[in-house]
Amino acid sequence: MSIKLKALLKSPWVFHFSTGSCNNCDIEILDCLTPRFDIERFGMLLAGSIKHADVLLVTGSCNRMSADRLRKLYDQVPKPCLVVAIGECSMSRGMFIHSYNCPVPLDHIVPVDVYIPGCPPKPEAIIAGVVKLIEKVRSS
Amino acid sequence: MIYLLYLLVYGFLATAALGLFLSWVDRKVTARVQYRVGPPLLQPLYDVVKLMGKENLIPAGASRLAFVSAPLIGFSSVVVVSALLWSNNLNPSQSFMGDWIVVIYLLTIPSISIIMGGFASKNPLASLGASREMKLLIAYELPFILAALVPVINSGGSLRLGEILTWQAEAGATATNLSGIIALLVMIPTIQAKLALVPFDIPEAETEIVEGPMVEYSGTGLALFKLMKNMLLFVIPFFATILFLDGITFQGIHILWGALKIVVLVALVTVIRNTNPRVRIDQALRFFWGPVTLLAVAAVVLAYLGL
Repeated sequence: MSIKLKALLKSPWVFHFSTGSCNNCDIEILDCLTPRFDIERFGMLLAGSIKHADVLLVTGSCNRMSADRLRKLYDQVPKPCLVVAIGECSMSRGMFIHSYNCPVPLDHIVPVDVYIPGCPPKPEAIIAGVVKLIEKVRSS
Repeated sequence: MIYLLYLLVYGFLATAALGLFLSWVDRKVTARVQYRVGPPLLQPLYDVVKLMGKENLIPAGASRLAFVSAPLIGFSSVVVVSALLWSNNLNPSQSFMGDWIVVIYLLTIPSISIIMGGFASKNPLASLGASREMKLLIAYELPFILAALVPVINSGGSLRLGEILTWQAEAGATATNLSGIIALLVMIPTIQAKLALVPFDIPEAETEIVEGPMVEYSGTGLALFKLMKNMLLFVIPFFATILFLDGITFQGIHILWGALKIVVLVALVTVIRNTNPRVRIDQALRFFWGPVTLLAVAAVVLAYLGL
């Protein structure tokens, strides 16, 4: 594994994008930054600008309006970058699967590296998912 | 040849290592204040190495030359100013006439490079941040220069940092005088503003204009800016130590005392940043041109009276 990827795994800065979720997943993501979980121990920081991000956290069922924006955002992330789908909606569209407004699931729009199920997933589940992602990249 | 050594070994390597370490101290103290554990020791280094390996993106319609050269200009000025400070501190007789002025000039160039990069990137948030940075520069520069003038007057009007240091070695640190204490008090908020830390992080306000001038930078440009900021976290307290606290002595146990001075200054700055909310730009301007400048003028007058 190159030094580039090694350093990336040591300091993944995450950008948090909600494609129209009910905000529960977003609250759980912010919980990971609280003193109880403190993901800065692993070098993770919330990036305000997409140009600073290494990991794209996507929540919510992509609707027609946000799918374009998500694609544009994905094109703007400096590569190498990883995409994490958080919550039931972003995996299978959840209860919105028959909605006229959610034509395709998230992984038809951008390539997804890891899926974290739950409605919403607990902060422990999010951290476990990120650990799995790191192991996946390390073994590849 | 010896100058090249100073520039590479002291100006770049030593300053970068100490700056990365101090930035870890800053983040660790922040974490402890918030009852968190905080990042590991090598975290700032990982961040910089990671950013070096990322893709460089230049926004469409940006001024390419200014956008690419801005981080280089800021970074190289920090390297030069830290080499100057190290050579003065290691060998006080080596200084030249007026290096005090050169240091003050070079310390403004990082802010100017940030302004340049912000305006070049053709992003409204970056332009807003750059214009705020400009106003903040105008605000804090006057009290900063007045406070830095106090040790010059105390040491008999010498504009050489080396002579200021040798004078302090004989007569005790500047901060043992009344005027020196007041000037150091003035220096602390200006250090805060120069480093763009929280009460005065108006240009970079992360929750408001997402890191301002840095918003469009990625990859190597962002890495250079981050490294520049980390090095400034060492260089500016180092300059304050040379002016007010007798510099750092590299003989035996004294090195610990010197390191303590810098770490305490950085920890103080960190605690201030963690216990204060952000102010608006007009409040910052009023604060620096009002009470802080008055205090700085009082310190200069007291220094003239020999106190």
